[in-house]
Amino acid sequence: MPISTRRGLLLCSTALFVSALPGCSSGSGRVEAATKPTGVRKAAPDFALRDRNGSTAKLSDYRGKVVLLNFWATWCGPCKMEIPWFMQFEQTYRDRGFAVLGVAMDDEGWEVVKPYIESHKINYRVMLGNDRVAEQYGGVDSLPTTFLIDRAGRIAATHIGLVSRRSYEDDIRQLLDDAKGSQHAAR
Amino acid sequence: MRLASVFLLPAMIWGQGSVLTVAPVEKVHGKRNDVLAVKLLAQLRDGYHVNSNKPNEEYLIPIKLTWQAEPLQVEEVAYPKAHAVKSGFSENPLSVYSGAFEIVTRMKVPGNAPAGPVLATGKLRYQACNDRMCLPPKTVDVPLTIYIQ
Repeated sequence: MPISTRRGLLLCSTALFVSALPGCSSGSGRVEAATKPTGVRKAAPDFALRDRNGSTAKLSDYRGKVVLLNFWATWCGPCKMEIPWFMQFEQTYRDRGFAVLGVAMDDEGWEVVKPYIESHKINYRVMLGNDRVAEQYGGVDSLPTTFLIDRAGRIAATHIGLVSRRSYEDDIRQLLDDAKGSQHAAR
Repeated sequence: MRLASVFLLPAMIWGQGSVLTVAPVEKVHGKRNDVLAVKLLAQLRDGYHVNSNKPNEEYLIPIKLTWQAEPLQVEEVAYPKAHAVKSGFSENPLSVYSGAFEIVTRMKVPGNAPAGPVLATGKLRYQACNDRMCLPPKTVDVPLTIYIQ
């Protein structure tokens, strides 16, 4: 379906897509998280990327936290819908051991990414991605592509394309609530 | 001066994860001082769109066709009329192409062009999305042989 000619239809179609996913919604309003069982989660590949301040960000530095790792680009419309959600997640759940990491895949680099970060007042850490890191994460052929990583550094959920805010938030809450088990598994 | 229309036949040059196909290059014939109208046919997979050559937002990547066709002179690259669609992420309607569309390039054969084949290469740069995701920008080569008579 091409982009809707009616404002809001995009969200409706997304909601329909999400509702078709197993465990994403139910008539009772109870939403089951779409995270993988801990036993089948694979380790998230570590990486070292520069952030906008020139500091090196390593995924392994975030071990012990739940991480939302979002691959995006400034030219990606659906990515723009998610970024405000991620900013709010960062603000709401930071104190519970949660962090958002953005990996910008723009070929033009900081020249276009920095102004975007500043104009949108992005409150989480953004790094510049490269092909090597994208390959580590399966190629990242489409944007947005987002990984939810548990406190033990394992990929608990992968979302390719725009997903509902509710779905993300359910996953994040579940991973934060599962914190004890995951921390034990990491030891 | 003669205006010759040349369609590039609809076999497939695949690009960007196979969401866009471009008709292949066919042999084109022209005489000195002709203006050739080379029509490039593109087809997008259902559900996908590309930004037009003049997107309404600065951050969006426009479709762009460029040519290396010396000694022919590219006089104009004419893009089709875009359609406007609203999205959940932009205040302004997006200016996009979807389905099948045609880009026409007008190339002039100089009066002093030597007779014989000219190997031209078009480069079609575009960036495709559907309503849930976007694919990285891509450039597809469009080879074209022009025989100057």
